Amino acid sequence: MSKNKDKKKKRLFKRRPREKKLNRSMAGNTLLFVIMFICGVFMALPLVMIINNALKPLDEIFQFPPKIFVRNPTLENFSDLFVLMNSSWVPFSRYILNTIIITGGGMVGHVLCASLAAYPLAKHDFPGKKILFNMVVLSMMFSWTVTQIPQYLIISWLHINNTYAALILPACSFGMGLYLMKQFMEQLPDSLMESARLDGASEWRVFWSIVMPNVKPAWLTLAIFQFQQMWGNTGSLFLRDEELKPLQYALQQITAGGTARAGAAAAVTFIIAAVPIIFFLICQSNVLETMTTSGMKD
Amino acid sequence: MAEQMAVSREQQQATELAFKQRKLGYRVKKSRVSYAMLAPYFILFFLFTVLPVVISIAFSFTYFNMLEPPTFVGWKNYIKLFLEDDIFLISLKNTLIFAVITGPISYILCLLFAWIINEFSGKLRAFLTLIFYAPSICGNAYMVWNLILTGDRYGYLNGILLKLGIIDEAVLWMKTEKYVLPVLIVVQLWLSLGTGFLSFIAGLQTVDKSLYEAAALDGVKNRWQELWYVTLPSMKPQLMFGAVMQITQSFAVADISIQLAGNPSVNYAGATVVTHLLDYGSGGRMEMGYASAIATVLFLLMIGTNKLVQRVLRRVGQ
Repeated sequence: MSKNKDKKKKRLFKRRPREKKLNRSMAGNTLLFVIMFICGVFMALPLVMIINNALKPLDEIFQFPPKIFVRNPTLENFSDLFVLMNSSWVPFSRYILNTIIITGGGMVGHVLCASLAAYPLAKHDFPGKKILFNMVVLSMMFSWTVTQIPQYLIISWLHINNTYAALILPACSFGMGLYLMKQFMEQLPDSLMESARLDGASEWRVFWSIVMPNVKPAWLTLAIFQFQQMWGNTGSLFLRDEELKPLQYALQQITAGGTARAGAAAAVTFIIAAVPIIFFLICQSNVLETMTTSGMKD
Repeated sequence: MAEQMAVSREQQQATELAFKQRKLGYRVKKSRVSYAMLAPYFILFFLFTVLPVVISIAFSFTYFNMLEPPTFVGWKNYIKLFLEDDIFLISLKNTLIFAVITGPISYILCLLFAWIINEFSGKLRAFLTLIFYAPSICGNAYMVWNLILTGDRYGYLNGILLKLGIIDEAVLWMKTEKYVLPVLIVVQLWLSLGTGFLSFIAGLQTVDKSLYEAAALDGVKNRWQELWYVTLPSMKPQLMFGAVMQITQSFAVADISIQLAGNPSVNYAGATVVTHLLDYGSGGRMEMGYASAIATVLFLLMIGTNKLVQRVLRRVGQ
């Protein structure tokens, strides 16, 4: 009863609607809007170009000088692409399945492994903590073009060459994810975890039902990065069998056909960009949503 | 007497226990859960990240052409790098100019745009995030710049400048030595809203809203003060993360240089440490020992910069 009253009191105190922020002037808002609009036009250029190119008929693609905007939009490029897809040696659905396994595995695996390791690094105290963390940060500074060869040797030595694992396992070990997750977990107040521990929750439980929901913006952002990374991977270094290769590889094979396939290539560019954008929008809208629901930090 | 003995024994036991707790073995044993949580990631990390880096550094002291087994040559690669390889010195200079200019500016742009976007609400904000992140998500987005920078009259930049009467004839932007580096810097800045930007957006969501109300009561007058005294200090961990990502990006620039200026570029005007590395590495002359030495030098350079930057960032909001 009294609790209810307390709540009401709190609500009365916080009556100010969320949209109206403190310390904001009308002039400032207008200025920001103008800046954003001008910069936005430049930033949106590649997006605009990819969409327009995909809709251009062949004669407009080869037009000189090239124009950014399409005049007679058509879906011909996409139908061309589907014809090419159907004539491929390995059925196209196989490539799609491969991509789902590789991208999904690499993304979920990395987010889970990195978050799980980031929790003790951020909130526990144990010998070796500093060294391990510094190693992760430093590892990001070594040029990956050089480490590719030793990595290839190690993968052959483990006999996981030409399997999905050759792409998924190294992806789980990237340094960035752990660093990102650790930085966000560090911000959580200790009292949040302490009360759960007093209730008898194990560390695993604390991690899964207290820490992870509270750093949702972080792992959603990490998922975006990792999705992009895995989606762009053609796997040509580690995968030999045609049946194992991802969609990205098959699509790039189509664009490699040269000018004869310029139309289909434009459609390919569109699809390669569209999938991560859709994923981005799904994740990003959730990142922003968490703001309204989580007021739960002391 | 006996009582005293008992007390001192108790004391002894207590100090023994304290000593034991300080001992490494005990602390390791007590942190079993922590290690179990670390295990999946760190086993993979050592296998696929640390080991390759260590092997690469070892390669840097060898001659290794990927066909024959590597032979040990001592410091020879490093000596050649600094004393004989003029192109390396050019590329090192370019990389430093590049990093010093694009690093801080990109970083501030990421922060500024993340913060401005955070000022908007609802659908508009999600849309703006997408637009500003677009260059990073569209794969090889910088190809747009090929259209803009085309060297004939039909290139967009030439077209506009000709119309305005600023230049009399078309400029071959990416084939003129003095324009290459500045143009690459502009393109890199345009591409800079990537990893750091998104992590700042996420970081801004975790800032405690009640802090703003408290700050308003304490006399914070406008959004700039709010940014410096409230927002930035509460997202310090993200600022650190963004800085490291920025360093790794601005020192490792290569793709845009190769795509826009070619490799090798005119008089090596667009050469960077990583383009030089690629030139020697698996894509080029197959001198992996030498390429590894280049990578090791770059690695040390980034570590030093990181130390410096972290020191500066600790003073935010003070």
